Amino acid sequence: MTVVLETKGLTKSFGGLVAVDDVSFQLHKGELLALIGPNGAGKSTCFNMLMGQLKPTAGEVFLQGENVTGLTPRRIWRKGVGRTFQITSTYASMTVIENVQMALLSHNGEVFRFLSFAHKRYREEAMALLDMVGMAEQAERHCAVLAYGDLKRMELAIALAHDPALLLMDEPTAGMAPKERVALMQLTSDIVADRGVSVLFTEHDMDVVFSHAHRIMVLNRGALIAEGTAADIRNSELVQEVYLGGGTLFSAEEDAHA
Amino acid sequence: MLEIDNINSFYGKAHVLRDLSFSVPRGKVVALLGRNGAGKTTTMKSIMQLVRPETGRIQFGDHAIVGLPPHKVAKLGMGYVPEERRVFTDLTVAENLLVGRQPPREGAVTWTEEMLFELFPNLAERRNNRGKALSGGEQQMLTIARTLMGNPSFVLLDEPSEGVAPVIVEQMAKVIQQLKSEGLTVLLSEQNLHFAQAVADLAVIIESGAQVFYGSLTELNAKPEIRDAYLAA
Amino acid sequence: MELFVAQIITGLANASSLFLVACGLSLIFGVTRIVNFAHGSLYMLGAYIGYSLMQVLPGAFGFWGAILLAGIAVGLVGVLVEMLVLRPVYRAPELFQLVATFGVILVVQDLALIIWGPEDLLGPRAPGLRGVYRIMGEPIPKYDIVLLLITPFIALALWYLIARTRLGVLVRAATQDREMVGALGVNQAWLFTGVFALGSALAGLGGALQLPKGGADLLMDFNILAPVFVVVVIGGMGSLPGAYLAAIIISVLNVFGVTYLPQSTLVLMFVVMIVVLMIRPYGLFGREEVAGEHGQVGEPELPIKPASPNVRMIVAAGLIILALLPLYGSSFSQVLATDILIFCLFAASLHFLLGLGGLVSFGHAAYYGGGAYVAALLVTHADSPMELAFLLAPLGAGLAALAIGWVCLRLTGVYFAMLTLAFAQLLWSLVFQWGDVTGGDDGLVNLWPADWLNDTTVYFYFTLLFAVGGILMLRHVAHSPFGYALRAARDSQRQAESTGIDTRRVQLLAFGFAGLMGGLAGALFVFSKGSVFPNELEIARSFDALIVVFLGGVKTLAGGVVGGAFFKGVEDILTRFEYWRLVMGFLIIFVVILAPEGIAGSMRKLVRRLQSSKTGGSQ
Repeated sequence: MTVVLETKGLTKSFGGLVAVDDVSFQLHKGELLALIGPNGAGKSTCFNMLMGQLKPTAGEVFLQGENVTGLTPRRIWRKGVGRTFQITSTYASMTVIENVQMALLSHNGEVFRFLSFAHKRYREEAMALLDMVGMAEQAERHCAVLAYGDLKRMELAIALAHDPALLLMDEPTAGMAPKERVALMQLTSDIVADRGVSVLFTEHDMDVVFSHAHRIMVLNRGALIAEGTAADIRNSELVQEVYLGGGTLFSAEEDAHA
Repeated sequence: MLEIDNINSFYGKAHVLRDLSFSVPRGKVVALLGRNGAGKTTTMKSIMQLVRPETGRIQFGDHAIVGLPPHKVAKLGMGYVPEERRVFTDLTVAENLLVGRQPPREGAVTWTEEMLFELFPNLAERRNNRGKALSGGEQQMLTIARTLMGNPSFVLLDEPSEGVAPVIVEQMAKVIQQLKSEGLTVLLSEQNLHFAQAVADLAVIIESGAQVFYGSLTELNAKPEIRDAYLAA
Repeated sequence: MELFVAQIITGLANASSLFLVACGLSLIFGVTRIVNFAHGSLYMLGAYIGYSLMQVLPGAFGFWGAILLAGIAVGLVGVLVEMLVLRPVYRAPELFQLVATFGVILVVQDLALIIWGPEDLLGPRAPGLRGVYRIMGEPIPKYDIVLLLITPFIALALWYLIARTRLGVLVRAATQDREMVGALGVNQAWLFTGVFALGSALAGLGGALQLPKGGADLLMDFNILAPVFVVVVIGGMGSLPGAYLAAIIISVLNVFGVTYLPQSTLVLMFVVMIVVLMIRPYGLFGREEVAGEHGQVGEPELPIKPASPNVRMIVAAGLIILALLPLYGSSFSQVLATDILIFCLFAASLHFLLGLGGLVSFGHAAYYGGGAYVAALLVTHADSPMELAFLLAPLGAGLAALAIGWVCLRLTGVYFAMLTLAFAQLLWSLVFQWGDVTGGDDGLVNLWPADWLNDTTVYFYFTLLFAVGGILMLRHVAHSPFGYALRAARDSQRQAESTGIDTRRVQLLAFGFAGLMGGLAGALFVFSKGSVFPNELEIARSFDALIVVFLGGVKTLAGGVVGGAFFKGVEDILTRFEYWRLVMGFLIIFVVILAPEGIAGSMRKLVRRLQSSKTGGSQ
């Protein structure tokens, strides 16, 4: 299997505090990999290093074999990585389709053009992307009035605009209703299957993680403490102790999205 | 204790709450359920008068509170714990608690810093740390403790389980049960049905800002069609 | 050595007033998020009120009593301003309130003129402290020593209030999240009023305390404003120890500057500020500003679309009517129309930065005045033909904007705004103090357009062509991919950066482009008047543009132009009256309260409402 993303000994410390400690893992083509762990375990720090927002203190990140450690978010994006944010980050003054068009303009190197009309560029491509996430009907709406779940889907369309090989999703279903969560993750799974994209995501909703992730990694105090399938993780005593608790607050296997 | 009667609230231009009515009996824990965007947070803010309902009445004890400024609502004994843990990150834990302090109130527990540190042991050792040094779970506890410093008779808890580890959620459930045993009335907005089932006596489900179910959790469990339509397993 | 010590002592004594005024401003900003431009006016009022009280109260007791009472009186003025002017506009978009405070400046200026007259007032000496002490042989005024000694106590008392009392905790909490403070049972309306009163009282106290050293005059308000902003920014917005330290640094440096480098005094503090901000982007003790943190972001802007055919027809018709002005208007009306057109272009260029880019430049006069001076200097010193000077002026202004933008864009929010102000002041100081080249206060004169343009009507058409062309160009760019990228960088820098947009480069280029257009307006201006003076670069000119953009409507594409035409037109009518500032000030406050989205924004809302009620009625 092709390795899309690989980290070797990824480490980040802030002052004396080691936020991410020697994290190494691989993500394969077409895989949905979940990264879970308690608040403050270092998930966001890890993500920010992968996306270039933070420079690692030590360790390296490889994207399809190429060392991308320490590149800016812009460069990493250009190398085929899309991302969605925990709290949606969109252009509130634009329409839905313009949000997607903006990413397409950037992808096609047209940011510094002064003569053309932006809203006429790449409309079909943008519409196709919106159609894929089921947002085509809302294309002309002002994105500031969208429901949260729709914003998340729009963000997914933006992240897919440059046909990335890798998608980084930071708590993709945070703030959504359970049904929307299932729908969004189903959509993501379908896209993974159709386009062969690989996805790394963090998540607090164990139902989402256990039902959609192909593989799960658990981070605690900056270090990877477990890795494996849903069953492995669920049965790990260590993971139960630091993160899952007694399991009373998420569905048992038998009724999970039956 | 709290009667919400036909309120309509707007957020910007969006009509969020539509003729919403329900009541919260004294001493009970009521869970306000519904998907994101259904209007749970707006309901909480409308009770607190952070969003002012355009029409309708809200009766809190002996007082009609629509139109009062938020601090007056708080003075009447309404405690508000917002979503997304708005602790004052530049203030220490002790200073955060000081902001919340209000005079004792008849018929409600008078909380002291010591009592709260007993309830939230993690905070005691963090007393002189700034809010920004706390973990997400600790911040969530601090917002609850800060609100309790106002000696409320009623607490609005907006999505306390959102974005915190299951282990902390379990702890949160214990705290809510303890508050109930102290005689506080709680309105809790939630998306996590399991959590709601663990702590609540009654449930209100809202959808598009209107009430679609009101009853006990046993009744709700007996109506899977409602559960499936507006929530999820 | 002796002189050195004496100068440090003088510097420390001068720091006293500056510190009081600055920490008042800092407190007010911290809690209310209002950049109170009227703070200098409160300082001036403190001096005038203190002066009047000293005339009636006798002796040493009367002197110090007058200072204290002046502080209290100005505190009460602050209460009035807060309750009557600011309370109605707290919910308006961020920074909009500064327009209201600018209205207050104008009102206070004329009130002071009416009450105390145009003469400078010489401050009375402090009773019992008239002489000097000799320190290491150097004479130091006794009053300076007293100031030096009491300031740390005032600072300590303030620090105690903020750091150790519950009130202080509430103030700090409100600085971060005032809505939450209200929800916890604190009456934040009174907290705001209280903080505003305290801040105002400190400004008044500062004004009264410096009476024996500086007296009272009508220019005090703007003169203190620049140093106070510099002090607050160097110290870090909201930090009292920072304000104290910065006040000392600036005051001491100033004393040394006067002695060793007299031409540099005005420039010096801005250089210090720029250096400090380069090393510490949030000042010495400040923390990062997060714009719109909990509340006060206002409604999101509506998507923009190129003008519809109808609107284009209306605009074209308006332009034709304007172009026919020489047929029906007097020569004077053509001069006025020229002025208005130039001002509209200037305002539109700022609106491009402010509205589309979210880049609040407090020093946009740098490019307007800069363009004017580039043209003037070329003509005066290089005998350049007018046409060449006219072409090079916008380029010069654009280059200056690129350079200044390159430095300023490392910062965000209020610090960014302050740094742009600092650079504008730097340019102003250079022009003002480098008399050999720039003519200093006397300006540069005899700058007439080329012969073929040297006619009111021809120059009107020349201006019409360039101003309207410039405005249309700014507008077109707004709809281009670049304009979209600029809005993208404003709406969500994070999303823009992680979809490959180099937001700093976009913003820098926008800064240069806006500077270029500002410079074009400046070049049009200089040849329409035949002269240029340093006041085209001063703070007041930058504020004019800001006021106009906010009054016109930040969130409406036409905001700059509409505001410019309104402001310039009204100003022309009002300046014929003696107390025009009073009227103008009230008018500005009035518009701010009635139309918080600006004139164009509120008109658009009105039109929408009319349309929707029409369709509603037909159903």
